[in-house]
Amino acid sequence: MATKIYECIQKIGDAIIENKDFLTDLDREIGDADHGVNMARGFTEVLAQLPQDETDLGKVLKKVGMVLLSKVGGASGPLYGTAYMKAAGPVNGKTELTLEDGKEMLEAVIAGIKMRGKAERGEKTMLDALEPALEALTKGLENGDDAQACLNAMCEAAREGVEYTKTIRATKGRASYLGDRSIGHQDPGATSSAITLEAIKEFYVENFK
Amino acid sequence: MVGILIVSHSKMAAEGIYELAVQMAGKDHRVFAVGGMEDGSIGTDAIRIKEGIEKANDGDGVVLLADLGSGILSSQMAIDLLEEEIQVEIADAPILEGAISAAVQAAIGGTLKEVVEAAELAKQVSKLD
Repeated sequence: MATKIYECIQKIGDAIIENKDFLTDLDREIGDADHGVNMARGFTEVLAQLPQDETDLGKVLKKVGMVLLSKVGGASGPLYGTAYMKAAGPVNGKTELTLEDGKEMLEAVIAGIKMRGKAERGEKTMLDALEPALEALTKGLENGDDAQACLNAMCEAAREGVEYTKTIRATKGRASYLGDRSIGHQDPGATSSAITLEAIKEFYVENFK
Repeated sequence: MVGILIVSHSKMAAEGIYELAVQMAGKDHRVFAVGGMEDGSIGTDAIRIKEGIEKANDGDGVVLLADLGSGILSSQMAIDLLEEEIQVEIADAPILEGAISAAVQAAIGGTLKEVVEAAELAKQVSKLD
C-alpha cells in the first residue's frame, strides 16, 4: 500500500497534470507556452519513480525535487526542484507532519526560490502566491485556528496572490521581455503554486478531516 | 587543464558549438557539451549538467557556457548539487563565441580566471569593425 506522503504527492501530480493545458495556455500569453507541458512531464516521472513505500518525508520530498530537476526542462525545473528539496529540510527523518512543520517547509521553499530565482515578491512569480500563503498560514497558527481553517486561509491567500499577478508587470524570466504587455495576464508559476497548495489542502480534507 | 562545459536547451546546438570550439582549441582539450533533455527534447537538465561538470574537471576547475533562461538556472542548480569540491565559473558571455574563446584559452594553459575572462571578452568584440 502506498504511504500517505506518496498519495499526497500523487494528489499534487494529478492536479498539475489535469491543469496541463490551462497552465500552458497561460504561459502562451506571456511566456514560451511550455509551463503546463513541462510540469506535467515532470510529475508523470515523479509518480513513476517515487517509491510508494518510503515513509521518511524528507527522502520522499528530496526525490521529488531531484526528478523535477532532470525532467521538467524549463526554468520551473530548477525552481520547483529547489522548492521540494528545501521542503525536505524541516522534515528529514520524520514520518509525520504537523501544520507547524508545514509552515517551516513553506518558509524554506520560499527562501529557496528567492535564492535560486533571485526574485522578490511583486515580480509576477511563484512568490506572489507563496508569500501571502505563508503569511495566512502563520497568522492562522498564531490565532490558534484549526488545521482546516489555516489551510483554507492559506489557499485563499494564494488565489488572491495569483489574481494580484494580473495587475503587475513581469520583471523576471521570459515574461519580462513583454514589459507592460505582461499586465492583465496571470502568472503561470504563481498559478501552479496555488494549484499545489490547493491539492495539499484537499488531501488533508480527504484523509484527516 | 581548465575544463569547458557547453550547456544548451538544444542537443544539436550544444553539439554544434562543441564541434566549433574543439576545432579551434586543437587536439588537446577538455571541452564537453550537455544539450537538451535525456530523451533529446528541448530543455535543460541540472542532473546531467552536474555530471558534465564532473567529467570536464581534472582538478583545474570548469568554465561553463550556457544559453538563456533555464540554461543558467539549471547550471547554477547543478553547481549546488556537486558533492565534490570543484571550482566552477559560469561565464557571462554569448555561448558560441564565449565557448570558442574559452576553449582556446584553456588549451594554451590559461588559469580558470583567464579562461573566464577570455569568454567574457567575447561579449565585447565587435564583429563589424
